[in-house]
Amino acid sequence: MLDKIGIAKRIAQEVRGGWYINLGIGIPTLVANYIPDNIDVVLQSENGLLGIGPFPYDEDVDADLINAGKQTVSMMPGSVLFNSAESFAMIRGGHVDLTILGAMEVSENGDIANWKIPGKMVKGMGGAMDLVASAENIIVAMQHCSKSGASKLLKSCSLPITGIKCVKKIVTDMAVLDILPEGGFRLLERAPGVSVEDIKAATEGKLIVEGDIPEMTIN
Amino acid sequence: MINKVVKDADEAVKDIPDNAILMLGGFGLCGIPENCISALLKTGVKGLTCISNNAGVDDFGIGLMLKTRQVKKMISSYVGENAEFERQLLAGELEVDLIPQGTLAERVRAGGAGIPAFFTPAGYGTEVAEGKEVREFDGKKYLMESWLQADFALVKAWKGDSAGNLVFKGTARNFNPMMATAGKITIAEVEELVPLGTLDPNEIHTPGIYVQRIFEGKNYEKRIEQRTVTNR
Repeated sequence: MLDKIGIAKRIAQEVRGGWYINLGIGIPTLVANYIPDNIDVVLQSENGLLGIGPFPYDEDVDADLINAGKQTVSMMPGSVLFNSAESFAMIRGGHVDLTILGAMEVSENGDIANWKIPGKMVKGMGGAMDLVASAENIIVAMQHCSKSGASKLLKSCSLPITGIKCVKKIVTDMAVLDILPEGGFRLLERAPGVSVEDIKAATEGKLIVEGDIPEMTIN
Repeated sequence: MINKVVKDADEAVKDIPDNAILMLGGFGLCGIPENCISALLKTGVKGLTCISNNAGVDDFGIGLMLKTRQVKKMISSYVGENAEFERQLLAGELEVDLIPQGTLAERVRAGGAGIPAFFTPAGYGTEVAEGKEVREFDGKKYLMESWLQADFALVKAWKGDSAGNLVFKGTARNFNPMMATAGKITIAEVEELVPLGTLDPNEIHTPGIYVQRIFEGKNYEKRIEQRTVTNR
């Protein structure tokens, strides 16, 4: 099984040089720490920054410079600041190459739910609906099962959805999977120490297993 | 040039009436009109509709006006940092319209730009789409969303001049420039009111035509929600 850092490290392997990338809150934010130095990417923050840098040194903290998770950040050389309408023009206009975000549930046809638990939690969708409706390339970082052991990879989402038929790839604590255009979770890799049988048992939606499934390589 | 300077926040907001529709700039607590919010707590105006990306936190920003029950309705995209907000919402004491962040930004932009409606893919197939017109363009489905306008837009800038020209700093820009365009009366509070002619016209973010009142704010707290640092 992977921990959160393991999931972030595995997703970092999907990143290609030259991409503009939007990272969601939580595990997706951690991905930035594991992108190899020789791969040049630009990180977009939907509150109006292209070129997010590392967290600042204590004396450089600026209340006027935060990421979408409201964390204080720094800027890379060549960074640019802009307003929220321009930020979402970049997103909806298809100028962002990769979106990485978290999910509470994903369905076998690529629907994603991550913004609301009726009667319990109402935080709002933030920029997630704009991102998932627009991005060509979406990777979801999530736990395969809930704390009580219920699968989060479902035939159809039980929670209110954030977007339909949009998720292309999922990295969980147990596996890497992609979603086929005709529907179904295709198993690509197993996490260390996790068997195909374990993944079958943890996946409620249609799981497609073709041939030998390799174990992930995580440094 | 037209002089739009007013003395302070109290003077700037004194005619905001009960049941007004307000826009408030900011993302989280970054770039919020702190002085105007403090002044509204003093006037005690009630029944407000607040269009703002977030609702502040329990003890700062719009959260303060929620505590005093001055807010009837919030139109926001993300309210996760405010327990009192969530409590009022789940208890049915507060009307809330949650809309996707990009849709919110564009609806405000459209309001200021005289575009009554537009089509966006965000929210198609979700509960956000309920009751909205759907249209297909080049094989993809889009929702029709309408403009937003406000009686008063309260924005916060870094620098400004007496003509109402504004310059923002860092990610404190966020929703402020669009909101400045979409208020019937736009009130700008700035950290520094500079002499007319000293802002470089090439680098002004918000032209003064959108701003009706401007004042230099005081005692900015600029609270940080998540202080994250790199250790040396």
